[in-house]
Amino acid sequence: MMLSVKDLEVKYGNIQALHGISFHVNEGEIVTLIGANGAGKTTTLMSICGITPPRKGEIAFKGSRIHHLKPESIVQLGICQVPEGRRIFPGMTVVENLEMGAFLRNDKAGIKSDLDMVFDLFPILDQRRSQLGGTLSGGEQQMLAISRALMARPRLLLLDEPSLGLAPLIIQQIFEIIKKINKESGTTIFLVEQNANQALKLAHRGYVMENGRITLVDKASVLLENDEVKKAYLGL
Amino acid sequence: MLRRYSVHLILPSLGGLLVYSAYEELLGLYTLSVLMFMGVNIILSSSLNLVNGYMGEFSCGHAGFMCVGAYVSSLLGVWLFAKDRVFGAPFLDPDYAIYAFPFIILIGGIAAAIAGLLVAIPSYKTRGDYLAIITIAANYIIISSIENIGSIGGSRGFMGMKRVIGSMEDIADLPWMPIWVFIFTVGTIWVLRRYVSSTFGKGVSAICQDEVAAEIMSVNTNKMKTISFMLSSGLAGIGGGLFAYIIGYVNPGSFTILKSTEVLVMVYLGGMGSLSGSVLSAILFTFLLELLRPLGIFKWVIIPLMLVIMMQFRPEGIMGKRELGDIFPRLKRFYRFK
Repeated sequence: MMLSVKDLEVKYGNIQALHGISFHVNEGEIVTLIGANGAGKTTTLMSICGITPPRKGEIAFKGSRIHHLKPESIVQLGICQVPEGRRIFPGMTVVENLEMGAFLRNDKAGIKSDLDMVFDLFPILDQRRSQLGGTLSGGEQQMLAISRALMARPRLLLLDEPSLGLAPLIIQQIFEIIKKINKESGTTIFLVEQNANQALKLAHRGYVMENGRITLVDKASVLLENDEVKKAYLGL
Repeated sequence: MLRRYSVHLILPSLGGLLVYSAYEELLGLYTLSVLMFMGVNIILSSSLNLVNGYMGEFSCGHAGFMCVGAYVSSLLGVWLFAKDRVFGAPFLDPDYAIYAFPFIILIGGIAAAIAGLLVAIPSYKTRGDYLAIITIAANYIIISSIENIGSIGGSRGFMGMKRVIGSMEDIADLPWMPIWVFIFTVGTIWVLRRYVSSTFGKGVSAICQDEVAAEIMSVNTNKMKTISFMLSSGLAGIGGGLFAYIIGYVNPGSFTILKSTEVLVMVYLGGMGSLSGSVLSAILFTFLLELLRPLGIFKWVIIPLMLVIMMQFRPEGIMGKRELGDIFPRLKRFYRFK
């Protein structure tokens, strides 16, 4: 098991965001977590990354507990996040943004070859090398955010709503790439989405979250046919 | 070839020219002291730019750290190498002053860097306007502490540094102050340039642009802030030490919030996040202050007025975020400075 979360509780002051959720992600899988706004999806990712430390519960990565570690040590273990709303550095060029992804790495040759790898994955970024991140289009920014996370050479890639605010065609392109990353480099992927249809089509397994609790767990293909999911998230 | 070595050639020849003309007394004492203040101002503005420009915080207590550096290096220098009312006979043979001087200035810088923790630690949790208030408070704390230590002169100030310079000149008759100011100024810019152009230093800009994203990208924001604040205040301390030795006298009154504001003006005039901008504006600002000296008190009407106009029409400062090489890309063929 790559990632396992047990009875995770997170509070912001007096407001409880997560009421003891448990889930796991196996190596090589694509797992999605779907839910409405404010369900606690982003909080879940942020506490895996060590940004919002949990009140109770346990997060384990490859068998060892990580919920007491600092964000930087978690990245070093091989967990990297593509945050919601992309959050690229607007005043840095594309290459500088990518270099920030490799912040803790010292192997120059490895960084160089990973740069080539992401430019291969997203040729448009290669053309925009020295353009400032803030001047890219939404889709390009999302590609940059994914590439930046890949520069940390993650074993587990966390994606927070990569489809947010993008045109349907671009969303499809992004999801294709996510699939490719999973297949070609064997990177495990944990995908948080509101776009349930797309996410469930891509993923192997899925979790449904409501008000800080996980309400449904199943294979993605089964969830796609589930009546409740259809009504609540697919608008069918 | 030219590109690689031009900076190595230009800087020593510039320094040599300065020292030669000071030695031969081609420059008057007045011109020379203006040039030295230029150097100090370059150190101050470029070091503040690290915090206010690259890191995007708003520190207005730079003069406080300058004060720590000035006092520590003055007291240390006088205690070690000069006969003084407070300390009595020199602790060491004044002949050694010539070797110890750079270390005295550096120790002043280190002391100021430690004082920088006063701002760095609150900055973990506080940002923006609130941190600005903390920096002002730090400035006041430093000034009033020194004002209340009677044995080093309190608000009347402390002197005796000229004797340390004097004993250096006794050993070798060279214009020592211009030499050291030049070396420390170039050194400061070199250190800052290395720092901000390294991947590590780019973490500083990352914090400024998106703190959460920086943390996700494994930038340890607290460590980064500590190092940057300490580097910035340490360099200010070096500037302060040089300032004290140039004048030969320090008093807390020279390092009030007004001095901090002056440094702020230089940073914003040059452009935030541009080292060459800070250097240019420090030169320009020092020059302007002297140029308008005949106007007397009206100087302080005209210069602020110019700032108002500047903020209206070019709020990003002279250089904006760019460096010299970005504005004149052709220049890059002739020099490389890292």
